[in-house]
Parts: sequence; C-alpha cells; structure tokens
Amino acid sequence: MIVEISLIVTAVKFFFMPLYRSTDFEVHRNWLAVTHNLTIDKWYYDETSEWTLDYPPFFAWLEYSLSHIAKLFDPEIVKIENLNYDSDMTILFQRLSVIVLDFLYIYGAKSCSDLVSDGNLLVFILLVANPGLLMVDHIHFQYNGFLFGILLLSISNMITSNFIYSAFWFAVLLNFKHIFLYVAPVYVVYMLRAYCFTVSSNDGVHTPWYSFSLTNLIKLGLTVVSVFCLSFGPFIDQLPQVFSRLFPFKRGLSHAYWAPNFWALYNITDKILQKLCLRLGFHVATTEASMTGGLVQEYEHAVLPSITPTVTFLLTAASMIPALIKLWHLGADRGYRCLSFVRCLTLCATCAFMFGWHVHEKAILMILIPLSFLSVLGEIDGKLFVFITTIGHYSLFPLLYPKNLLSIKIFMLLTHIAIAFCYIPSLYDVSKKTGEDEYDVFGKHVAKQLRTLSTEQAILGQNEIQSVITKCRLCDLNAYSADTQASDDYTARRSTSTSTYMPLNSPASSVDTQSTDDSLNVISNDPDYINIIMINAFNNA
Amino acid sequence: MAKRADPDKFTVTKDALLPGLFFALLLRWCVAAYPYSGYKKPPMYGDYEAQRHWQEITVQTTVAHWYRNTTQNDLQYWGLDYPPLTAYHSFLIGLVADWLDPESVRLFASRGYESDSHKTFMRWTVFLSDIYFYVTAALCICIDAERIIGKHHTNVFKRTDIATILFLLYPGLILIDHGHFQYNCVSLGLFLWASFFIIAIENDTLATICFVLALNYKQMELYHALPFFVYLLRKCFMCLPYKGRYSHIIHRFNKLAIAVITTFIIVWYPLISSWDDIFQVLYRLFPVKRGVFEDKVSNVWCSANVFVKLKYVYNNEEMIKMCFLCTIMAAMPACIDLFLRINRKKFVLCLINVSLAFFLFSYQVHEKSILLVAIPVVMHLPEDPFMCFWFLLVSTFSMLPLLLKDGLLIPFLCTSLIYVSFYSITLRLADKKAGILSFLNATTVYKAANPSANYNSVILKLLSTNFFFSLQGMFWLGFGTLFVEPPARYPDVFPLLISMYSCAHFILFLIYFTHQQISLPTCLPIKIKVKNN
Repeated sequence: MIVEISLIVTAVKFFFMPLYRSTDFEVHRNWLAVTHNLTIDKWYYDETSEWTLDYPPFFAWLEYSLSHIAKLFDPEIVKIENLNYDSDMTILFQRLSVIVLDFLYIYGAKSCSDLVSDGNLLVFILLVANPGLLMVDHIHFQYNGFLFGILLLSISNMITSNFIYSAFWFAVLLNFKHIFLYVAPVYVVYMLRAYCFTVSSNDGVHTPWYSFSLTNLIKLGLTVVSVFCLSFGPFIDQLPQVFSRLFPFKRGLSHAYWAPNFWALYNITDKILQKLCLRLGFHVATTEASMTGGLVQEYEHAVLPSITPTVTFLLTAASMIPALIKLWHLGADRGYRCLSFVRCLTLCATCAFMFGWHVHEKAILMILIPLSFLSVLGEIDGKLFVFITTIGHYSLFPLLYPKNLLSIKIFMLLTHIAIAFCYIPSLYDVSKKTGEDEYDVFGKHVAKQLRTLSTEQAILGQNEIQSVITKCRLCDLNAYSADTQASDDYTARRSTSTSTYMPLNSPASSVDTQSTDDSLNVISNDPDYINIIMINAFNNA
Repeated sequence: MAKRADPDKFTVTKDALLPGLFFALLLRWCVAAYPYSGYKKPPMYGDYEAQRHWQEITVQTTVAHWYRNTTQNDLQYWGLDYPPLTAYHSFLIGLVADWLDPESVRLFASRGYESDSHKTFMRWTVFLSDIYFYVTAALCICIDAERIIGKHHTNVFKRTDIATILFLLYPGLILIDHGHFQYNCVSLGLFLWASFFIIAIENDTLATICFVLALNYKQMELYHALPFFVYLLRKCFMCLPYKGRYSHIIHRFNKLAIAVITTFIIVWYPLISSWDDIFQVLYRLFPVKRGVFEDKVSNVWCSANVFVKLKYVYNNEEMIKMCFLCTIMAAMPACIDLFLRINRKKFVLCLINVSLAFFLFSYQVHEKSILLVAIPVVMHLPEDPFMCFWFLLVSTFSMLPLLLKDGLLIPFLCTSLIYVSFYSITLRLADKKAGILSFLNATTVYKAANPSANYNSVILKLLSTNFFFSLQGMFWLGFGTLFVEPPARYPDVFPLLISMYSCAHFILFLIYFTHQQISLPTCLPIKIKVKNN
C-alpha cells in the first residue's frame, strides 16, 4: 500500500502548485540564478537581491545542479537581475523540484517504517502525510522534505547499528541546512557511548572506560571530517564570510512571526510590563519598534533584560544537558538504546525550539517528525504525539495567512489528527485487538503450566483448581441470596472476586498486562512491546 | 415504515471513516482553489456568474418577476432557467451575500463581479450544500449497505468506510461542483435521499417527497423520474389482500399522488398567480430552441452529427420527436423489466439504464448531465466494482474538454489519480497479494467483491483486456488534446474524438447494464427481517 499512499500524497502536492507562495519562492529562485551565473568564489558575496545565499555549501551545490535543469524549463529563471520573476514555467519547475526531491523523504520514511513491526503502515502514513511539511514545503515553499528524508535515513541507520552510515548522512544533512546543529549534541553523545565503547553494561550506570575503541572514534571522525572537507573545502579562503552568512546573529531574538516558544512569552511579558509601568508612572524606555511588525531586526526589551545570543545559547545547553546525561547512561543498554536516542532527539529539538536564538515557527517540524516515528513505539510517546501534533500543526496556521487557504489548512489538520486519534490508541489497546482480557491470559498461563506436569499430577491439579473455583462460586451465590440489596450488590461482588484470587497464589497472578506507568519499563518487561527489530545488534558486538 | 428486527444492534466498520471523510472534504477544497468557469472572461463569464446573477435577481426583484423579462431582469443575460427551488436557494444565499458584501448583489452594477473573498464565499456555499445534502445521503446509503449484509460479509466494497470514501471521492462531481461551479450536489443529494428511502427504509412517501424536491431543484432529474414512477407504481399492486384489493390500490396510489401534488403546490405557490405564469416558467425550463445538444456531448446525436449534419436535415420539431422516440425505445426494456419483475436491486440498475438512455438520446443534453448517470453507478459500485469503476473513469474523462476550458487540468489528473489509488488500496485490503496495477484485472476485483461466486474466466479476461485498451485510448486521447496541435481545418477534432470515444463506451455500458438488470431474478421488495446475528 506504500505506493498508493505515496501516489495520493504526491497528487495532493500537485494540487498546491498554483496556490499562494511566500517570499521563500523568490529566495530559492534567486539562489538558482546566483549559483548558475557566478563562480563559486562569489556565491557567498553576491548581494544583487536582498535574499542572499545563507545555507551551507551542499545546498548551494544542489541549487547549482537544479539550475541546469531550470534552464530547460525557462532560461529567464537563471538570470540574476530577474528579481521576483514568476512565470508559469518557473512555478512549475520550482514546485516540481520540491515534489521530486520529496521522494527522498518518502524513501526515508519507508526505511524507518520498515524497522517497526506493529503499525509500520501507520507510521509511514503519519510521516509521509505530515500536514506541516505539506504546508511549509508545498504551499509556503521550502525544501525541508528531502532534508528530513536524510534525517530519517540517518535515524534508521542508527537503529540498525550502521553507525558510520548514520554519521555520514547526518554530516551531509548538516551541510545542507545547518539548523540541524540543534540536534547534533545527541548524535555526538550517542555515537560516543554506543559506538566508541565496545562493551555495554546493562545496569546503565557504570561506564566501562577500558573498552574505549580508538579505531571506532577515528572511523567516525574520518567520515564526518571528510564530508565537511568536501563541503567547505572549495570555500576555504572565504570561511569568515560564509559563516557570517550562515549565522546571522543580527536578526534578532524572535523571528518576524514569533515562534510559539519561551521567548514569545518573554516578549509579551515585557510588553505588558512596559504598559503597566507607563500606566503606573514609572519611566521606561519606549522603543516604538514593534516586535510583531513582520520586520526582521534586533529588539531591545523595555523592562526585562535584553537577551543576547549567549544567553539563549546557555539556556538551550542547560536545558539539553539532563537529557544528554540520561542518554549517556541509557546508551549502554543494547536493547533499548536506539529508542532512547530518538526520544533524546525529540527532546533536544524541543529545547532548541524553546530557547533558541531567532527560531522559526517551522522548526516545530524537527520535533514533530521524530515524534511521529516514536508514536508507534510506546504508549506514552503515542499520547504525547497526538497532543503535540495537534498543537504544533495548529501553530503553523499563521504561516499561510491568505483567507482562501483557511479551509485547506483546517481539513488537512483534521485529516491528520483523525488518522492519529483513530489509529494510535487502537495500537496500544491490547484487549480490544486480541479480544482477550486478563482472565483469558490467566487461563492460558494455567494451561501452559498444567502441560508441563505429568498427566496424573495435572489431573490432580485441575481438580484442586476446580474445587477452589467451585467454593468461590458457591460463596458468591450465597452472598447474592443473602444480600438482596441492589446498592451493595456490586461492591460485594467485587470484594469476593478479589478474595478469589488470593489463595491461588500462583506466580501468574502477579502478571499485569495493563501496567502502563512508564513505557520504558513496560518495553523492557514485556516482549510484546518491542517493536523494533534489532538487526545488527549482536553482529557489532 | 418497515421496522428492522433489532434496529439498534448493528455495527459498521469505522476504521478509516473519519480520516477518509475529512480527506474527501479536503479534496473538495483543493479543487475549489482553482479557477471557476468563466473566470475573468467577460462579457458573459460562466456558470459562476450565472449563479451570482440569480442571487442578484432573486434578492433585488419580487418573486413574480424572477422568470419574466422585465426592465430589471434581462433574461438574455443568464436568465433563471432552473425550477423554483434553485431560485429559493439562490435567494437564501443572496440574502447572506447581501449581508456580507452588498456590492456582490447590486442590481446591474454587480455584473461580472469577481473578487477573492467573493469566490471564497461562493465556494463555501457549495461546500455547505454538499455536506448537508450529498455527503449525509452518501453516508446513510453506505451505512445501510453494510448493515443489511450483516457481520460476516466478505465484500470489501461494502465496508462502510471504504464505500463512503469511494462514494465521496468520485472525481466527476467534485470537479463540476467545486471546480467548474454548480450546485449539482443539492439535486443529486436529494435524489440520493429519495433512493435511500426506497432501498433502505422503504418509506415510499418520504422518497416521493424527496424526489419531487430534487426535480424542483433541477429539471434534469427527469432522467431519473421513470424508474421512480415505475417502481412506486408497481409497489401499489403488490401483496394485495384478496378482499378489497381495488380500494387498497387506490389507497396506496392516492397516498403517493397527494404527496407529489402537495409538494409541487408548496414549492410553486409563491411564484404562481395565473396559468400564464406556469407556462412562462416551463418555457424557461425547457428551452427547445437551444438545439439538440450543447458543445461537444458524448451522446448519439453529437456523434452522428459528425457524419450527417442533423441541423440541415431535420428541423427542431422533427428532432424533438425523434429524440423522444429513441429515448423511450432505449429506456423501455429497463422500465418494463422493472415493472414486471420487480426487485430492489434492479431499482438502481434501472436508474442507471434509464438515465443513460436519456443522456444518449434525449434532446438538449449537456456534457455535465453524465453526472446524473454516474451517481447511480457510484451507488451500484459495491455490487459490480469492475464495470462501475470503468464507467466512472470514462464519465470523468468525457468531461475533459469542459474541464480544460476551465483550467482544471491538474485537479482532473490529481482527483483521478487519487480515486484510482484508493480503489487500489481497497483491493489490497481484500487481497494482500494484489499489486498496484491489479485494478486492471477483473478477476482480482470480482474476487475482492465476492470471493465465493464463480465467474466465467474467459469473459473476465476479455473484460480486463478491454479495460486496459480503453485506458490506453483515454490516455492517448488526453495526451493528444494537451500536446498535439489540431489541424487548422478541424480545430475541434480532439474534443470531438473524446466525445465519440466516450459515446461508444456509454452505448456498450447501456447494453451491459440492461443485460445485468434483466438477468436478475424477481424478488418482491417486502419488509426484510434482519436476523439477529
């Protein structure tokens, strides 16, 4: 069914072709022109358009190769001075390029969903039909789809313990779009713990320093460094210029449209305090630069202390560190460490989203996409997912402000959350799926034990069990006839039924199929919950 | 009213119902983002302007002037040519439009009024009408289909969620209503409700009222009138007690007649003050002067016109008589069969046959009228998925020239692709081994619909092959329309080829469906007792 679903999603993407597109459309058209016409030493210096090239070199190379195809569609696309050029062919080409590159995302989603045994189709649908990506990539216009495809490829390689491939893909990803630096610490910590230490301890506390493998570290380092060399090598003599383009700290704390993060609350508190102080007669600086004006600029807070990039950096790091330390310890456990890895990935993306400098609202996708993958792997993650996916995609609504897109946005979100709310709970509803309750499980358990006994003993045992049950039922029957009051009936039955199971004292009575307190514990206790297939877990030992 | 043995105890498959429903609605909005007919094409614009103009007329003039040529109401410019319910509907929307944006319904001044917000408003009116009339009726029919066959069924096409999705995703109606801009969903929705009351609840009076309302929304519903008439008439003669049979017949017939007449009177009452008014409205509804067909229609006359210029051979009078005779001839076998060998399953087939006969042979046919045939076929799809699916693809394809004119190429391709994909997913649900292209294979499809039945494998092979070549033909014709420059002497050669190609299909389908209907046995539609299961 994967083919059909991909076809359906692709068809929906085609629908969006002539709709509203943001200035990012012109940004990418300009980059096509810049990379096509200039020699590479001028790529990061050109300022013909205000939309200068500010993505890492691999992306520039991608635009360069795309520009050669673009020429066939319309030679006017690749002229630098053609600012805001949007002929039909330009639109067709740019939209098509996003749709075609998205097949990499579909491939990534498939490689991830193949690792899941229960609900792999569901996770494929959730990933491929992600409304956020549809909105940001195919209406608003950006190239996030294939980048997340690379991320998913890297994650799937990590889960199958192909650490080198995973590191390679992640390094490539970083050189396409440096926003993924947010989750780089997770990769560093996890790679070190899981790959560079060859011995794993199960208790998860003690780090076996003696098993540190320098060879593995060198292999890893070589992979990453060579990717970076390939990318930044041609730009070696203009690195400061490249970096000043990549990390524009002059853009201000919040994006033109505030991302729904901590700083949005901070800014609004500042605004309120400013108004309050003025009302109360305190003198405060009244800068008229409005933060919501849609202008990208630095902004001084009036009452609260102004925030510098260093503060955001420290806060982000501080919020990440607990998760990273926990990952270091969990990384020891071969069985579940990949699950912890994806969880930590989501968590760190959230931290960066919450406290980062100049965060875009689109960055919520970095949380939602790994979380969609997690949603089928544990009940807690599933619950979190249905909640965050609703809020997160709703927070993307202002991105597409034209009124005629409202209904498309609403129904896209509704379709998505209908899928999430219909299918994710049913994945964890064990009793409904098999039609069994705890008594069935108990019965099976007893049957299995009886089978191990000799025939004679089994018959005796059956007799004993039956006599206990008979006694209890008679007890129940007497309680019924003695106590005719309807109000007490229910409680009485309950109390007898609990006492029924006390004398049996079988080990099975402690089995609780519905304990779901901590999904991590559940997963480690109950083999039914282990959905990830460990392919190479032992080969790499 | 027939009561089920245990009306509350039935379960339907709801797995994909909600996501599918929302997706179908999303698709409607995706199509709605595209231009409508007559978008920025002065001076006459298109159907969108017609609808807007009717709002203007109904809001600004008195009821008596709606259908008359007055100083305020120029009938030459998109005069009202649908029955009163359409006018009331326009009036209702017009009132809302007057409240939201008075400029859009100003008398005369608003001609050719176009703006983004007005477009969004108009799209919402279609969308809401669609939800209220069509989607609800479709849901009821699909729920009933699964409810009747009970729990242990194997026909995957009768699962409520699958049936609903396939029902609502039919590309033709979405493209015409939400893309081209019309309110077919209202009349077709009312028609579906009428059919639902007949095939599911057996409440003949309600069915009659619904159908009369549908007829009063669009006179094209006359295509469906014969089967309703025949079926309900036959039911009057059914299961009579020996004593007092004539009074029974008259009693039953009177019940229906009163329903029809009362509904008609209520609908027409505000408009009519004299006999002359009625004729004026009827004259507006049946414009005999407009010719035998409009544009390129895939019916018999248009195809014959290629070889014999009918306009020069026959005058209008003769043409009408000929059309009438041919239509009756083509529709009679289905009607007579329905009357003599009544069976509830035959009712839908008879609807298909009669409306197809009307489409192929009757006078003044639009290419959009194929929807009137397609909707009964959508209803029939769970019974005979392969042929119905084929028909639905052809019917959408036959509207390609119209859609191209409106700039709806991308929606046409995408909705068709999505429809095929969902159909393919359905097959995959029934048979794990089915591939992406197994919808081409009649054997797989019929096995999915009914695993126990035996089919003639030679015929199935033949059908599969034909379906494959038919798809090929559609593909190449579409390809030619888009990319090949037609010769200067025949600028319309591709639309004409498309309509002839579709027409050939429709004639074969008429024969096939008539054969299907006749081969069904008699089965009196008496109250079914659903056994507790």
